[in-house]
Amino acid sequence: MYLYPKWIRLWHLVNAIMFIILIITGLSMQYTDKTNAAYIVGFAKAVKWHNFAAFILVLNYIFFVTGNLLTNNGKYYRIGEKHFFSNLVSQFKYYSRGMFKGEKHPFPVTEERKFNPLQKITYVLALYLALPLLIISGIGLLLPEITIKTFFGVSGLILTDILHISMGFLLSIFMIIHIYTCTLGHKPTSLFRGIITGYHVSDEE
Amino acid sequence: MTGEKASGLLGLIFMSDSSKINKSGMRLFMFRIFGLFVLINLFSLSTASASLFKTENTQIQDTAKFISRFDSLNNRCFKCHGQERYEYTNESLGKQVRGNMCSDRIIHKNDFYSSNHRSFSCTDCHSDEYAKFPHSGELRMEQKYNCIDCHGGDVKFAKYHFEEIDSEYRKSTHFKMEDQGFTCWKCHNPHTYKITVRNSTNLKTTIEYDNAICLNCHSDYSRFQLVSDKAEMNIIQKHDWLPKQASHFANVRCIECHTKINNDIPVSHLIQSKDQAVRRCNECHSKNSILMASLYKFESKEQRRDGFFNGIILNASYVIGANRNEYLNMLSLIIFVLVVGIIAVHIMFRIRNKNNNN
Repeated sequence: MYLYPKWIRLWHLVNAIMFIILIITGLSMQYTDKTNAAYIVGFAKAVKWHNFAAFILVLNYIFFVTGNLLTNNGKYYRIGEKHFFSNLVSQFKYYSRGMFKGEKHPFPVTEERKFNPLQKITYVLALYLALPLLIISGIGLLLPEITIKTFFGVSGLILTDILHISMGFLLSIFMIIHIYTCTLGHKPTSLFRGIITGYHVSDEE
Repeated sequence: MTGEKASGLLGLIFMSDSSKINKSGMRLFMFRIFGLFVLINLFSLSTASASLFKTENTQIQDTAKFISRFDSLNNRCFKCHGQERYEYTNESLGKQVRGNMCSDRIIHKNDFYSSNHRSFSCTDCHSDEYAKFPHSGELRMEQKYNCIDCHGGDVKFAKYHFEEIDSEYRKSTHFKMEDQGFTCWKCHNPHTYKITVRNSTNLKTTIEYDNAICLNCHSDYSRFQLVSDKAEMNIIQKHDWLPKQASHFANVRCIECHTKINNDIPVSHLIQSKDQAVRRCNECHSKNSILMASLYKFESKEQRRDGFFNGIILNASYVIGANRNEYLNMLSLIIFVLVVGIIAVHIMFRIRNKNNNN
């Protein structure tokens, strides 16, 4: 079934590339060392690429949010249906036990339900909470002159930085889990194929 | 922003919500998070603009708290040398004469009584002959003291290592201009200089004060050409390569990059030529940042005494790459290992499952 329109696939691809650049350059800045100037990439280069990739990422994010508002793709990200928590639990049980016993997927992919409940809540938290916080704190670090100087006696920049690296870290962890869970499709490669071609192959087909 | 609007926004952000998480509840929550950041940004913008409009009080008042025991004696000098205009009775003409004091000869009383040398009388360093007016012309030839003349070889000042400071200065690029008249006083005005970095409670003021010492000549060609024949240069253009120039200039001192660090003396005095200046970001933006041995030297000592969160953080300084939280590092490593571990176990079970099915 055709599940991922072209614009979603384009957004996803750009997002993935920018994220990888941001993680590498971000780590380079955070863990630079005087004696080892070229930690992954040198500091000066890392700053340039980090700023560039972040700029593209923000534009891409605006593209994504606008797309969700204009098309009905936004509906996949609406949470609050009935049995929200018990659905999460049953999806979790499937991943941890059910799938090994050959049980059926509790929430098979349909055109009405692209994401399972666990997937949906992580996507919403990642895209509508962590990513905006990451972007806002990133702007705060890019333009330190507009960031509040002190917040209850602690440097505003340090708090902004802690927020930025925490969100960056959580989203990196998200990416690892995201890539792994994508091997849980019909075949380990089918979900990757899906986001490239747009067609989803489910177990039933 | 009107108060009504502000309280509306605040209300939206902090209003307690006991209803269950539902579609609109979630949206409201997101909206509040955004609202909070909008508020923080508005707040920061307003503080930024407030500092733009800060006016400096140029009125000279007696603000120095120090009371010198030579006050009345020194006042005889300050009467003319304490301001731009002086006035005296010319006895041969028999009339009151007014004149403008040459700017290099003006010492503002407040500056002097706030300086390191505040407890001195003027004639401790200058000839007693100056007590007479008009001053004799020969006094212009008076040999002036420099730092080492008083501070050298004195056990009282041993902890400041003046001799080592002197030998560092002799290796510095400034020393080459001694023949042109470069002395300690070019940077450390004996009448006004005060130590700031050691006793600083506000690092920003220290940075501003110390950088002003360099800029005194390096951004004022009329002073610069007194000791050098070099062409005029533009500091801003010379530092074009430096990203976030304004931030750097406001948050570190020139000497951070332009001196060679020496841990034996309180502040490095070996000003190096421009080819030897620090240019690599990593020198400061790293765990073993050189700033810890220069700008934050005294603060990091303070920090050791007072505990973890004092000193540096309280002074609102933040350097990407140098400010790291060890606990967060550890926590992130644990989370990372856990996630990878869980994935590995999951893969193991999948492989076993597949083999069993086959």
